[in-house]
Amino acid sequence: MSILYDERPFKDRVEECLANDFKQKAIETAQNVFYQKRQTLVDQVPDWEAFRTEAAGIRDHVLENLDYYVNQFAINAEKAGAKVYFADTDAEATTYALQIAREKEAKMVVKSKTILSEEIGLNQAFEKAGIEVNETDLAEFILQTADNNPPSHIVVPALHFARKEIRQIFHDKLGYEGTEDPEEMTRFVRHRIRERFLNADIGVTGCNFGVAESGTITIVSNEGNGRMASSMPKTHIAFVGMERLVPDFEALDVMMELLIRSSVGAKISNYFSLITGPAKPGEADGPEELHIIIVDNGRSNIVGGEFDEMLRCIRCGACMNICPVYRHITGHGYGSIYPGPMGAVLTPLLVGYDKAGDLPYASTLCGACTDHCPVKIPLHELLLKHRVNIADKAQLRPPVENLIFKTAATVFGNAFLFDNGTKLGALGMKLMSKDGQMSEWTKNLPVLGGWMKSKEMGVLKTKKFRDVYAEYAANKKKEGK
Amino acid sequence: MKVHFFSQCLIDMFYPHVGMAGVQVLERLGCELVVPRKQTCCGQMFTNSGYNDAAKAAIKNTIKTFEECDYMVSMSGSCAFAMKDEYREVLKDEPEWLERANKLSGKIYEFTDFIVNVLGVTDVGAHFADTVTYHKSCHVTRLLGVKEPPITLLTNVDGINYVEMEQADRCCGFGGTFSVKQPEISEVMTREKAMTIAATGANFVVGGDQACLMNIEGMLDRLHKEGVIDRRIRVKHIAEILNCR
Repeated sequence: MSILYDERPFKDRVEECLANDFKQKAIETAQNVFYQKRQTLVDQVPDWEAFRTEAAGIRDHVLENLDYYVNQFAINAEKAGAKVYFADTDAEATTYALQIAREKEAKMVVKSKTILSEEIGLNQAFEKAGIEVNETDLAEFILQTADNNPPSHIVVPALHFARKEIRQIFHDKLGYEGTEDPEEMTRFVRHRIRERFLNADIGVTGCNFGVAESGTITIVSNEGNGRMASSMPKTHIAFVGMERLVPDFEALDVMMELLIRSSVGAKISNYFSLITGPAKPGEADGPEELHIIIVDNGRSNIVGGEFDEMLRCIRCGACMNICPVYRHITGHGYGSIYPGPMGAVLTPLLVGYDKAGDLPYASTLCGACTDHCPVKIPLHELLLKHRVNIADKAQLRPPVENLIFKTAATVFGNAFLFDNGTKLGALGMKLMSKDGQMSEWTKNLPVLGGWMKSKEMGVLKTKKFRDVYAEYAANKKKEGK
Repeated sequence: MKVHFFSQCLIDMFYPHVGMAGVQVLERLGCELVVPRKQTCCGQMFTNSGYNDAAKAAIKNTIKTFEECDYMVSMSGSCAFAMKDEYREVLKDEPEWLERANKLSGKIYEFTDFIVNVLGVTDVGAHFADTVTYHKSCHVTRLLGVKEPPITLLTNVDGINYVEMEQADRCCGFGGTFSVKQPEISEVMTREKAMTIAATGANFVVGGDQACLMNIEGMLDRLHKEGVIDRRIRVKHIAEILNCR
């Protein structure tokens, strides 16, 4: 998979998602559950706001000194015995990973969940080279089994599948004959995956945070597969987003507290692995080699620019768990492995406005995402910045829209034109209305029709507030009040 | 106290009686109102779509019209936020205008915020005997941070039965031009909001942003017409309730 997995027009994707009742219901229910769980925990923290401010400060400090911390992280990781590679692009990252695989004559790879590997298209690169790739995160396993169905959420990527559908997929693809009981299905998957862990040549993982002071990589997981993927195969390859570093363990502590609470509404995750180098001589567990691939892939272009704050993101998914637009169009409406508000900001930065210029408009700018973001990214403001870049600077909106807005802006920016223009408008609307409400047939008009399809609309008043007030004020004066 | 009154263009054009309710409430509380005829639109509908350059005419007109005021009271929370906060971004390359925008910014108040926090009034002496729920518009609640004042004023209305809806601060799906640019998404969002309102049992839904209210009203009326909601739920700006005696 690459960043965009569905390049059809935004409207087509949305239409398909809105027509899928189950998918919408699943996301609505999940959002409700996440909301309750997260809110309960947030309310327990004495000063959640101060916590967020501290976390944002830590992220900003790292971003302002990114060259220093990337360097420190790399030096310390190598001191601990890891091999570090810096990839400028997705292609460089996959080519280097393939080179390791060839050296090891690898035939099979196990992976724990890493979106960064999706971003760079790692699975395709490995498969093209004849290497078998096995996703071991349960949700990723389901998606892979379902012919690489795209993820709909960054933390819970198979959210859109019902139990029944999952059973059917397992039955059709893997010959599963059991019931749709989650425990039974999980046991089935566990059994299959266990064998892969034992036979894999390479384990691939992501990294939630790299700790610069020690060169440590960290993996948060709930299923334990991250720990197995990073310790059972002889070679471990970890992909680290260039910006996902913290200076030290004290900062890591702050980030972890926020990450887990914000993402799944829990105090801690089931597993939290801190890995510093490969197995030392004499140690029973761990890989013989640890390769850390630090990936830029467009991130350094964002550093220091007007979207700099986006790089604070710790991929917790809190913004999509509260977004009222994501709630209905689901992750697949965005067509990007990064959906929801964070995705609507980040995707255009990584792939350009020509491919993802619709995403910043998939928001009402309600600000709920900004409020929920644990690292205080002003997401709705960044969406607005995108819109200004698209409409004003690059002039990428349809010419008709451009004309409508500019004309309207002239009218609404001038008292005389406004006063008289709206009088004309009122006359026009009167012709299109019946009993003070717009007529049925206006559903077929452009712009207004979109509203009229589902909502009633009143008409412009020929006597505006300003006129009513003027009369009222004149009468009052006359009465000598 | 002299107060410059910003009605919002939507109220000016579609809901004159809401503007009048606001005027009467403020006058009853002792304010001397100035309603400049030169006011038009705050420019928000253009900036929210990314047309900052085009919006400048409306923005500068607003600044010119109101900058000499002591207090500027806006009937719309989202316009208040745009004028208080968002003008700075649009005018960042025009230092003279930026300074004028900044000067005005501190004098701008949302209607309920002004009554409670400037006039110091928590009970306006209104009487309204029915069941009412309140939609916590995004801009009023989250962006301006005006959370308590409207609830305080409403719950102090004599005879009122105030009920809170589930997720009252969830967006209604208006989002300015979003409602006509993405009507399909807006529809499902507004429908959910309407059903949430209906579930409270309230006969009235009240808010502090006429744009959201127009959106919610359009959906409630349609759902009532289609028989999805069994009763006619009326939509009112909070000023209308506070103006009931």
